[in-house]
Amino acid sequence: MPDDDPPLLAVEDLHTTFYTDKEDIHAVQNVSFDIEAGETVGIVGESGSGKSVTARSIMGLIESPGRIQPGSSIRFKGEELTGKSEKEYRKIRGSGIAMIFQDPLTSLNPVYTVGNQIKEALRLHQGLRGKEATEAGIEVLEAVSIPDPRRRMREYPHQFSGGMRQRAIIAMALACDPDLLICDEPTTALDVTIQAQILELLEEIQEERGLSIMFITHDMGVMAQIADRVNVMYAGEIVEKAAVEDLYNSPRHPYTQGLLESIPGRNVGKERLSTIEGDVPTPNAVATSCQFAPRCPEAFEACDRIHPSMVEAEGYGRDHTAACLLYPEDLSEADRIDHHRERETPVEEREPTEDPR
Amino acid sequence: MSEQLAPAEAGGDHAMVEVRGLKTYYDEGALRGDPVKAVDGVDFTIEKGETLGLVGESGCGKTTLGRTLVQLERATDGDILFDGEDITEYGSAEIKEWRKNAQIVFQDPESSLNDRMTVGEIVREPLDVHDWPALSVEVRGADDATIAGDGTVPDADSDRTSDITVDPRATGEPVTVRDRLPFSAADVEVDIDRDGDRVTRVTVEVIPSKHRLRQQHVRNLLAEVGLQEEHYFRYPHQFSGGQRQRVGIARALALEPEFVVLDEPVSALDVSVQAQILNLLEDLQEEFGLTYLFIAHDLSVVRHICDRVAVMYLGNIMELGDTEELFGDPANPYTTSLLSAIPEPVPGQQQERLTLRGTPPSPRDPPTGCPFSTRCPVKIRPPEYRDLDPDVWEGIDLLAEIIRQRQQTDRSIREIVKETLGLERQFAEVDDVVIELFGFLAEDRPPERPAEDHADAVIAAVPDPVRPPLETIVDHLRADDLEAALDVLHAEFGSVCDDEFPAEYPVSDSGRRSLCHRHQDEYRDPEDVFETITHR
Repeated sequence: MPDDDPPLLAVEDLHTTFYTDKEDIHAVQNVSFDIEAGETVGIVGESGSGKSVTARSIMGLIESPGRIQPGSSIRFKGEELTGKSEKEYRKIRGSGIAMIFQDPLTSLNPVYTVGNQIKEALRLHQGLRGKEATEAGIEVLEAVSIPDPRRRMREYPHQFSGGMRQRAIIAMALACDPDLLICDEPTTALDVTIQAQILELLEEIQEERGLSIMFITHDMGVMAQIADRVNVMYAGEIVEKAAVEDLYNSPRHPYTQGLLESIPGRNVGKERLSTIEGDVPTPNAVATSCQFAPRCPEAFEACDRIHPSMVEAEGYGRDHTAACLLYPEDLSEADRIDHHRERETPVEEREPTEDPR
Repeated sequence: MSEQLAPAEAGGDHAMVEVRGLKTYYDEGALRGDPVKAVDGVDFTIEKGETLGLVGESGCGKTTLGRTLVQLERATDGDILFDGEDITEYGSAEIKEWRKNAQIVFQDPESSLNDRMTVGEIVREPLDVHDWPALSVEVRGADDATIAGDGTVPDADSDRTSDITVDPRATGEPVTVRDRLPFSAADVEVDIDRDGDRVTRVTVEVIPSKHRLRQQHVRNLLAEVGLQEEHYFRYPHQFSGGQRQRVGIARALALEPEFVVLDEPVSALDVSVQAQILNLLEDLQEEFGLTYLFIAHDLSVVRHICDRVAVMYLGNIMELGDTEELFGDPANPYTTSLLSAIPEPVPGQQQERLTLRGTPPSPRDPPTGCPFSTRCPVKIRPPEYRDLDPDVWEGIDLLAEIIRQRQQTDRSIREIVKETLGLERQFAEVDDVVIELFGFLAEDRPPERPAEDHADAVIAAVPDPVRPPLETIVDHLRADDLEAALDVLHAEFGSVCDDEFPAEYPVSDSGRRSLCHRHQDEYRDPEDVFETITHR
């Protein structure tokens, strides 16, 4: 692929704010990442880190009191999505980008058969009707390995088990023949054996159809198995991004390091788990310093006054970056501080100019 | 403690909880037909001071079992011996008293705390309900002395240290107070009546009021679980998930129980907070000698915290034994499958995944034979089919599964009427199903060929020992006789796994046990068969 080809999805400086009565929540701040055709890009983070809001921003699902700030850019196949009308968005949502959510039951309508709902999707996005739609529906159910698909088409969501429902949701997403599938914690509500089935299914589908997947999860195990590249989010910002092996083998940001050290699955036989003290903060102001500094074991004085930007963290020119004043590693502390300060965007520029209320 | 020197038999003096043949059924005797067999006959013991893990998929009965152990559900059958006494026989007053000793921490700290009460009130509530403290007083050298005032006579069966110890023979301070109580010897006034040399009556007065004692005890508890003093007057919604779970733990520990059921205590928490709570639970166990039943679906958490693990499936314990043994070298096919499904948090390092087909059967209608038989990847086959193409065997397995599901699904009234009138068959798409399952054996379907003809072509391509019975089965299905089709499937392809409930076999020197027919000498070990599957 030539370098000047735009990536399938390019998110740049995404900033999404929720204006609640009490405070403004800057759920997503300065988030930038790309997704190339055919790859799986992961977003991992704890609850409240902004992963789901990022996904919903891309899908155009941010509703009042939320707002995507001016200056944010989301380009899909080179086309700018921010600022599109609901009508224009509906077209993209069905055929270009599809999304599946954590809880399959809430994404299905309980009063229609699964077949009806799949046929509806096929009618809207591929213009199929009647027998044609039925056959295509059976085909997509088969594609997600639902046994006895003809019977299943006539059944209602409550007659499906949790794993089957998630398969049906994936089938509906596939019915739109998307280029990008956004999966928001698709296996969190499922048991491990069912989770394994769904992960396997997603891998198969991706191989067959050359889909790109944006995969959101808080589970470091699932992420390790499914993603090609990973973005780690903390309090609304991306703090580290790298290829999956690099991230797990040599995490650079102290938050990522702490996260990996605290999961029992990576620390078998260890008497005591390492912890990250304290709790995840709520991003109720535009960050002007490192958000992780209060919990960071390696924080120093400058961390509380300088907002770190994403810098090269590996040193070999590889695509591994972290937003931390400890990097770039080859500079002295004073130089690193200058390096970050120069790149710091003045707060006034990032602060929303007007309150929509 | 001297009692622990007694010879330890199975379930002897070391056992905190001993469970025998425990069953908990729901919806019994109603007009709804078969009951839901949530827990269907389990036996195990939990030793004093140990952590027993209980793992399994949702709906396997692990939470019901935990709730039955603390009598939030009543057992349908079987015994639960707690310190040697069968608590299933207890009446409600005895249960209330006993509950001081057995507490539960729930999964969701969001919904298990009352949002209208302050944290202090929440933790204090069990103290008020049980009119805490009932101070037991031991009088050294005078067991028969009458206790008066705020004190009570200690329970003769209890091996706990008395709250207040009075030593009338002591020269200096005659009173000692147990460590965890929120007052000191200086707060106690003791009046000793004697009859000559004999102590007849000891009157104990604790100076701080009960209200003050409870308040102080709650403060101590909050500190023990890592919360601050100022949190006493705050409300749960002002706390993060991890802090709320700390409140839940403090409340469970308020009455100083010996046994705590932890029902998915960290499942709702973020990873970084999860580690804090796990460490806290371990610290508390060590400090207070607690015994835990740790229920979880996250196997890596269980591996970290538990001494022994019980693996549940469909109301039964499939395997039980030492944690490291069980994780390192699982004996039961279900354990092996479950473990292989855990995503390793190391990229590129996934062990061979044994993806299980389908979902567990309904606990209302469990399989007759082994509970795991409908999904087992290493189910015993009749000898003549042992070397059959695995894909053909899987087709047969799936066919049985599809027929069973068809029988179970509730049909709309319209469908039932149509079927009774002969307008529609219950299994109208038998040809599609045959093509779906065995189509890979025949050539591609020519576009104009009807499904029935192509299904016949597919059946003709099925290898020999399977074809004749399959023809009979498909004939039955075409005649809409699902029952007869299942009978033939069972007679021809069934085995001991479908017919008999497996016995429990010891699978290691440490006493690990597993429920599987394959542990019998005449069959190959599950492990051995797994080897051949994963390396095929």
